[in-house]
Amino acid sequence: MAHFTKATSVKDWLNQRLAVEKVEKVMASEYWIPKNINFLWAMGMVLAITFALLLVSGIFLLMYYQPHVDLAFDSVNYTIMREVDFGWLWRNIHGVAASVVFLVIYIHMFTGIYYGSYKKGREMIWISGMLLFVTFSAEAFSGYMLPWGQMSYWAGMVITNIFSLGGLHMDGLVEWIRGDYVPAQAFLSRFFMLHVLLLPLAIMGLIGLHFAALRIPHVNNQDGEEIDFDAESKKYLAGDKAGSKVMRFANDFMSKDMMVVGIFLIFFFYLVFYNYSFALDPVNFDPADMLKTPAHIYPEWYFLWSYEILRPFSVNIGLIAFGFAQVIFVLLPWLDRSPNAVPASRRGAFSVWFWLLLIDMIVLTAMGKLPPEGIFSTIGLVAALAFIVLWIALPFITMNEKKV
Amino acid sequence: MKNKEPLILVVVVAFTLLTYWLVEPYAHSVMHKHVESENFAYADLAPISKTGNVANGKELTMGAGGCTGCHSITKEGVPAGMDPVTAAGAYGVNPPDLSEAGVVYDAKFLADLIKNPAHALKVEHKFDAAKGQMHPMVAFYGAGGDIDQEVADMVAYLQSIAVTKEQLTPKMAYENACGRCHEMRYENWTQIGEKPSFKFEKDSLAFDIQVLEYQESLTKYMGKLPPDLSMYIRSRNEHFLSTFIENPQAHLEGTAMPRVGVTADTAHKVIEHMADSGDTKRDERASVGMNVMWYILIFAIFAFLWKRSVWKELH
Ligand code: HEM
Repeated sequence: MAHFTKATSVKDWLNQRLAVEKVEKVMASEYWIPKNINFLWAMGMVLAITFALLLVSGIFLLMYYQPHVDLAFDSVNYTIMREVDFGWLWRNIHGVAASVVFLVIYIHMFTGIYYGSYKKGREMIWISGMLLFVTFSAEAFSGYMLPWGQMSYWAGMVITNIFSLGGLHMDGLVEWIRGDYVPAQAFLSRFFMLHVLLLPLAIMGLIGLHFAALRIPHVNNQDGEEIDFDAESKKYLAGDKAGSKVMRFANDFMSKDMMVVGIFLIFFFYLVFYNYSFALDPVNFDPADMLKTPAHIYPEWYFLWSYEILRPFSVNIGLIAFGFAQVIFVLLPWLDRSPNAVPASRRGAFSVWFWLLLIDMIVLTAMGKLPPEGIFSTIGLVAALAFIVLWIALPFITMNEKKV
Repeated sequence: MKNKEPLILVVVVAFTLLTYWLVEPYAHSVMHKHVESENFAYADLAPISKTGNVANGKELTMGAGGCTGCHSITKEGVPAGMDPVTAAGAYGVNPPDLSEAGVVYDAKFLADLIKNPAHALKVEHKFDAAKGQMHPMVAFYGAGGDIDQEVADMVAYLQSIAVTKEQLTPKMAYENACGRCHEMRYENWTQIGEKPSFKFEKDSLAFDIQVLEYQESLTKYMGKLPPDLSMYIRSRNEHFLSTFIENPQAHLEGTAMPRVGVTADTAHKVIEHMADSGDTKRDERASVGMNVMWYILIFAIFAFLWKRSVWKELH
């Protein structure tokens, strides 16, 4: 058994039992961060803060929300929006954060792709990140069901229906997911459970894994430089703060994180108070009506690109393309055959690939919302094909990349 | 090493704005038909050429015009012949009380309505006299004199008894112009009026049954039950609501909803009432928003100063 002595202070008492000083060093003051990183490396912190906002606002909403098909719509739009003090504020925060979190996730992901931060020991960071993306998607989708408006109902109908399409024909699975032939009470109850319990738990666990995966390889830097963290940290601790290539996570980089968070929050609260309707779709303010299909059914903006990969093809091919799009990002560390973990700008063809992929996904996003008619469906088809071709081409492009 | 952050910021912001523009303003402009407002001018209706005489108008309205056969004018002591549920059973919808018609509706519209209801209401696709589909409101064919003069008199009379524009509240505007067809649950409004608070559940249920009976007649008359408008301020935007009220056919060709013929002022008030139901916290949102923005701005400034002081030693 360990030897305990009479504590000389609260800190000492805790130290003997929890090793708080050690933990503090490992997680903060001696968690070494390269100096040559830019504000894109603060996106992880922005995501953590946005998740915290979602969690807190969600807890407040949960105190009044009623997961019942006859009460859900009114519990949100009447009770929370009209009756409860600042209920509207929590709802706006929750809705806007749910949308903005995806914007930041995409920026964070593309940062990773641009700087090659998914290879050379950083594969687990990437995989845990992709798992976060998938769980966040499920969290957003399940949350979207809860107000039981027209878009909740019809998006729930269309998306769960995917499994019954074409050659899949898994009608039994669709029924099993819905707990009924159509989205109804059983459907709402289980999506409520997923949204407020199972998925948030999974997300919190995955955030832990993501952070753990970061600790050993450390974060990448904007020059793709291999840093000797031991040597550089010694320099820092010896007093040569300016000469060292690394800095402490806290307070050094955290002060910058907070600066970026501050700027982000200005943008975020502007949206919460003055421009929230992009995140709270007007159609969802009509109560769910199983007899009235809305003129346009579309998912939230962050799902549009993958929706558009499903849509332009015949049913079976569309399903295959859709499945492809769902998993392909996870495989990035292995599809990229080049050993270079440097910024895309120094990687020749890969740089072209990167910008094409980004633009292609924006095009897909736009076409996913627009009605699939005339020129839009042609552009959608070309963009969907381009997406697939880009990913198939990636190993070949990177195979011959010169070592830099 | 030169600082690339400004360039990165520009790239991130540019792609974000581009995506936003594509999926929001642009996509919506493609998906939704754009209808220009006509400023409630009702240019298709002839202007009133005669100056109305109130006394004559009163006589016509109460007598030869035949209005009070179906319409109540409670303000003038003319009661309704039937209760709303029975009236809806007979006509499809309860004929409106005319006490405030003079201020709620446009004068040109009223004049045209009296002479040719289906035309003024733009429901000729449903009520084609040639095919024997008569509009439940009987047209006025004149009381023996100059019909335009007679109509002008009646309109002048209706205007004389109505409250002034300033006195017309958003709630009155809604109840008069929309409330006989559209429920507004969040404001406790039913098609047969505001639901009182009853002491006994039995009475409350009896009231609900009356509403259901009314709705049944209305559904038969309109083809479907007109929707509850509690949250319409959020599910449709103001421009849509305003142009839809002005001319439903311009948005939804063939819809059963009539052109209600309200003035621009009434339409504005109707929309305000919808905001009073579906967006009650708009003033609070603006004021809280201001405070939060200041708070966050100050937070960001302190965060910036903190970063600068920490980073001074790092370079
Ligand atoms: C809510 C979800 C997420 C949170 C809270 C989160 C948080 C973080 C944090 C705090 C960092 C370190 C600082 C930084 O580089 O920004 C980080 C790094 C990283 N994240 Fe995430 N992340 C999330 C989602 C994702 C997703 C969806 C991906 C992509 C698949 C991803 C991939 C990465 C990668 C590759 C790094 C390493 C960057 C480097 O080494 O330079 N993360 N994440």
